[in-house]
Amino acid sequence: MLATAVIVFREVLEAALIIGIVLAATRGVAGRVVWVTNGIAGGVVGAIVVAVFAGAIASPASGMGQEIFNALVLFIAVSMLGWHNVWMKRHGREMSISMKSVGEAVRGGAKPMYVLAVVVGLAVLREGAEVVLFLHGVAASGTNSAASIAAGGAAGLAVGSAMGGLLYFGLLRIPSKYVFSVTGWLILLLAAGMAAQAAAFLVQADLLPTLGDTLWDSSWLVADGSLAGKFLHALIGYPARPSCIQLAFYAATIVVIVVLMRLVNRPYGPQRGTPITAS
Amino acid sequence: MKISRRLSAVLVALWLAGGLPAAYAQGNDSFTLTLKDHKFQPEELQVPAGKKFKLVVKNLDPTAEEFESHDLKREKVIAGNSEATLSIGPLKAGTYRFVGEYNEKTAKGRIVAK
Repeated sequence: MLATAVIVFREVLEAALIIGIVLAATRGVAGRVVWVTNGIAGGVVGAIVVAVFAGAIASPASGMGQEIFNALVLFIAVSMLGWHNVWMKRHGREMSISMKSVGEAVRGGAKPMYVLAVVVGLAVLREGAEVVLFLHGVAASGTNSAASIAAGGAAGLAVGSAMGGLLYFGLLRIPSKYVFSVTGWLILLLAAGMAAQAAAFLVQADLLPTLGDTLWDSSWLVADGSLAGKFLHALIGYPARPSCIQLAFYAATIVVIVVLMRLVNRPYGPQRGTPITAS
Repeated sequence: MKISRRLSAVLVALWLAGGLPAAYAQGNDSFTLTLKDHKFQPEELQVPAGKKFKLVVKNLDPTAEEFESHDLKREKVIAGNSEATLSIGPLKAGTYRFVGEYNEKTAKGRIVAK
């Protein structure tokens, strides 16, 4: 039972932390719980489908289908997270012209929740598919009773979700004036970490060179498999032994998103702001 | 836009510069691990250091397994009764541990690069 709980916890953790950040970033948005719940539900359905067709997904592209699929899922999430930040920046500017806070725009329900619901769904899909395959394997081996598997799975899910909850309530303690800039930074790092992970999958599929296999090795300090390593990996994409290409993707993602945020925030001239205040 | 375009051009150039020679230099060495009753056979696999190789993992168990190695930076789900290929290396001489994540107690082994 404990082994089941530990593995389910490990898989659930990353998705739970992402959901915690998304919920904090959408504080006060009308209908956000429905959106996030739909994202989770869609992710669970997707996870089961991916698990059932695991063999079929793996075979294309000379057996590298799984890597390409994972990289694609990650890149979609990266672009959604980037789009979220750019949207926040653009509306931050419009709101400051019309003397409203971003918080009000967000609370007004204008924020594109579907973008973040997709991010939640994809995170649940990726991690959930592994949980489904693992639990199916445990059940099929017949050494554990159904009750013990269910108890272990539920315990892992509960502890993993609790971690996401802790992160969420921690972020809620940030004064509302700063909370969106903090979640903006978290989402930026989340996106960069996912892009680096996608690069690692493309290296594994032999579609990208490593440009240097091991840039540094900090596994003596925080190992990939440790709890701290899992946390840092989920939040900022920490790897103990990154390749150069991973760092390149990490940095490029930050640069591209920040540049786009700057571009939409650039003053366009007087006619841009006036329609909002004119009534 | 200009900066991101230039950046993507640099990335594409790096991809071509690094990827093409790597593709040509790629050896055809292939090694096979077999997974049965949640155990890897052989548990220790000798490979040449400094050369790329393909690792074929045959899963003879009816259930899926995830081949995982933090040392090798590889993770791949292998469906039950099927096989998967991973591209690995070039490795520095040394020992690289791997496990089957779903059955870590029994499914473990190492690749030794010499």
